[in-house]
Amino acid sequence: MKRLLTILTLLLMLTPVATPLAVEPEEILSDPGLEARARALSKNIRCLVCQNQSIDDSNASLARDLRVIVRERLVAGETDEAILDYLVSRYGEFVLLKPRVTAATYALWYGPWEPRCS
Amino acid sequence: MSRLLYLLPLILFLGAAGYFAAPILQGKDPSTLPSAMIDKPAPARDLPALIASKPGIDPASLAGDVRLVNFFASWCGPCRVEHPLLMEIAESNAVPLYGINYKDAPGAAVNWLAQLGDPFQRIGRDGDGRAAIEWGVYGVPETYVVDKAGRIQYRHVGPLSREDYQEVILPIVERLREANG
Repeated sequence: MKRLLTILTLLLMLTPVATPLAVEPEEILSDPGLEARARALSKNIRCLVCQNQSIDDSNASLARDLRVIVRERLVAGETDEAILDYLVSRYGEFVLLKPRVTAATYALWYGPWEPRCS
Repeated sequence: MSRLLYLLPLILFLGAAGYFAAPILQGKDPSTLPSAMIDKPAPARDLPALIASKPGIDPASLAGDVRLVNFFASWCGPCRVEHPLLMEIAESNAVPLYGINYKDAPGAAVNWLAQLGDPFQRIGRDGDGRAAIEWGVYGVPETYVVDKAGRIQYRHVGPLSREDYQEVILPIVERLREANG
């Protein structure tokens, strides 16, 4: 009995656990190409409610709304850049987790403390 | 000259330390974001009325006078905190208040206003939260100052305190009222 329990426990420990996804099944696009672009974009968009998470990771309702907007715009045929531009126009550069290279971020990109985490 | 060079790292350090210390000493909350919508026209979107007896909000209704636009929801705790102040502002007639009801059940919002009072001249319903995203809202309550031309001039994030209203918002309202007649 004890041995059975041990085996069961070990088996349970070995079961692959699906990483919890913030993206809800009904949000996922039927076109896998577009969905992949949506996921990639979402990973670089900051959830402004929980500011150190991307909208791809966050369960906040604003993050969900932004994910849906990203997907709607992809389906409408917008480019990745246009979608990011829209979000930046509403929320500022802070919405991008990876800042763009602009005059204001030169020090960040090319300074002596150049981050090496591309 | 060479001595100055030795001092350079110290000077650089003090400069950087001062730069980073200033916001901490001023008690700024770094999670409060500046609005990207300043000086831009308030998003043009027709928001249906929440209450039958009171009009909703359309772009035309935002022009002509300086106004405060408050995003609120009945499920939002901090909105309840600032509500008495909104009622006071409405009674003082200092500046017209418009409300945008964010992602709320209409019945719940109407009950909420019936209980706590309704400070708004117009209330638009933003059921899916799309209008809020257009405005750059990231959490209710948020209060915007909109100028006579319908452009956003200021945003306050979180519940409005009496100090925020009297020391920041009112002076902005007055300055905008005086601007070109």
